[in-house]
Amino acid sequence: MAVEREVIIPNKEGLHFRPIMQFVDVAQRYQAGVTVHCEDRSADGRSPMEMLMLVATQGSKVRVVADGADAGELLEALASLVESGFGEA
Amino acid sequence: MAAGPVAARTPRTPRPMITKKGINASPGVAIGPSLVLDTEEYRIPHRTIDPSQVPAHVRNLEVALEASRQEVGELRVAAARKLGDQTAVIFAFHEQFIADPKLRTSVEELITRRQFSAAYAFGQVMSEQQRRFRSVNDPYLQERVRDLHDIERRVLRHILGRDREDMTRLTEPVIIVATDITPSQAISLDRAHILGFAIDVGGQTSHMAIIARMLGIPAVVALGDITSDVSGGETLIVDGTNGIVVASPDPATITHFETRRREHERNERRLGKLRGLPATTRDGVTIELLANIEVPEEVPNAVELGADGIGLYRTELLFLGSPRLPTEEQQYEAFRDVLVAAGDRPVIIRTIDLGADKLSPAMASGHHDHNPVLGLRSLRYCLLHLDMFKTHLRAILRASVHGDMRLMFPMITTVMELRQAKATLADVMEDLGEEGIPFRRDLPIGMMVETPAAALLASSFAREAAFFSIGTNDLTQYTLAVDRGNERVAHLYSSHNPAVLALVQRVVRATRGRKVEVSICGEMAGTPLYTQLLLGMGLRRLSMAPKDIPAVKQIVRATDIPCCERIAREVSRFDTDRQVLNFLRDEIRRVQEELGEGDGETSPAPAARTRRAARSRRGEGSRPRDGDSGGRAAS
Repeated sequence: MAVEREVIIPNKEGLHFRPIMQFVDVAQRYQAGVTVHCEDRSADGRSPMEMLMLVATQGSKVRVVADGADAGELLEALASLVESGFGEA
Repeated sequence: MAAGPVAARTPRTPRPMITKKGINASPGVAIGPSLVLDTEEYRIPHRTIDPSQVPAHVRNLEVALEASRQEVGELRVAAARKLGDQTAVIFAFHEQFIADPKLRTSVEELITRRQFSAAYAFGQVMSEQQRRFRSVNDPYLQERVRDLHDIERRVLRHILGRDREDMTRLTEPVIIVATDITPSQAISLDRAHILGFAIDVGGQTSHMAIIARMLGIPAVVALGDITSDVSGGETLIVDGTNGIVVASPDPATITHFETRRREHERNERRLGKLRGLPATTRDGVTIELLANIEVPEEVPNAVELGADGIGLYRTELLFLGSPRLPTEEQQYEAFRDVLVAAGDRPVIIRTIDLGADKLSPAMASGHHDHNPVLGLRSLRYCLLHLDMFKTHLRAILRASVHGDMRLMFPMITTVMELRQAKATLADVMEDLGEEGIPFRRDLPIGMMVETPAAALLASSFAREAAFFSIGTNDLTQYTLAVDRGNERVAHLYSSHNPAVLALVQRVVRATRGRKVEVSICGEMAGTPLYTQLLLGMGLRRLSMAPKDIPAVKQIVRATDIPCCERIAREVSRFDTDRQVLNFLRDEIRRVQEELGEGDGETSPAPAARTRRAARSRRGEGSRPRDGDSGGRAAS
């Protein structure tokens, strides 16, 4: 079953190389599928290629939708990753 | 749900047709599969595969992706150690990108559903992705296109493995797509299998363009990023006449260009039959048809097309390409090569004509002329930079022993300039004599007549020059005070303006009764529309782009001098260029009807012909040759 959460990209450089890599790393560890929406664009959360195309900059509102057995846990993990600013100072 | 929802942007459908406009570098139309060369000169050997090979290609893809990922992983570790984390993160991203499940499934789908080869399918997906990155208005993403390119090359190398083939040994006809082609590359390419060129950089006078014209292969240059837009094996159309490239054309577009290609070839074949025949009028007057060239490699082609010699060898290209001035030795070798290639045919070599639109990187100082066409260019520049000029003249003189050379100075406006140039040449001759270096002391010295001042004083110049070459492009520009490169006034530019024609006539008359030979170079000379007029004005030597020789010869052979003289007389009575043009059109139509063409114009470029015909139907004035590709201005 699908769950979703809206988060705001807090880090200065937005969804670029490093944060996308962390995001995808997390997403790939779970069973559930994940789709990320930003404005009118959407991306598979496991695909760095598509995540780059989101062009989510600092302050962008991003809706994360997880769907599958461990969707709740995945969403939790992704949300805390984003909210932590991807571990950047 | 195991896999995420399908993103809207996954490439599933065949890509849409794209059309790109570049610069027409070599006329003709080519249709065929692309061969995209990157710096490592990869080629994609096969586009589609037999259904039975699908599993093998899917497997090949997987192995190549995994091998590439491991390779990048090793690079990441090495980069982290040597270059720090910043660089390593780039490789880490490449690693993740190569492992992207979306990437793999997109490529696999093209292999299984459309029977694309692994390499071709991968190239398709990557170039589509590059196009998307560029389409998003985000500088960061656009920068990442380079990463994609890097990844593409790496994986392709693994997919192709030992299938990588040498581009000099092509097995099927292809259209070469490349950032640039060096002259040696272009020459070493297997000509029989090259249909056309689509090139990122360059202009009409780039080496690449010259060589394509020489080889008679359609080419479009200055296309920007055609190498990223096109993937190997994709069907391409190269319209070198109009400077258009179409990728993944739809069937209707292919049919349209196929017709143009056939028209062009029919025309070429018809003119090709003239090659062995003399350029003699019906009443037995032989006209010398000479070629304008820029590099030694053009000479054999010019001769093959029927050139009686080289009427204008432009030496600028030696100076334009490189950031440093060419040495005396480099210049000597180029000049010698032209003379040797020309055999016993005459070669008129023009001293460097730089400035205005063409300036060597080595010559560009901090100073810029406000009005470069009227500024320090050409011979004026040379006379101020005597060291450079003398080196140039030394190289020319040293080469003079290798054939029938004549030397010509460009851009003369005053008698004093001609005398100064000749005095400099005499200095150099003296130096060479003292050094015991052989050269031809009796080298005929001539000049370009391309300013109204030189034309008006032609009688005076005729006492000091062995020959004249009328450069109608610059003469028209200076007479009409029109910069033809300026689109706001270009419509005022026409070589058949009565004022220009009066000057040409004056120059020809000034040579009568004197031992001064006169020829005409510039686009007029290579335009069949003007051929009868020029003969009627008394010209017997015409120098033109090699490719124009057959069409001009055809007119020469179909006319006679009394008819040409009648035309010249008629034209001298007109006040406007429109009258001249309409009259000449009627005259050439008559000739062509006799030749059995009956389509009103003689041009090797069907498209330009159609455009002109459309314009004349609308009753608009038109300059012959605009839109046509071909030889540059012989300014």
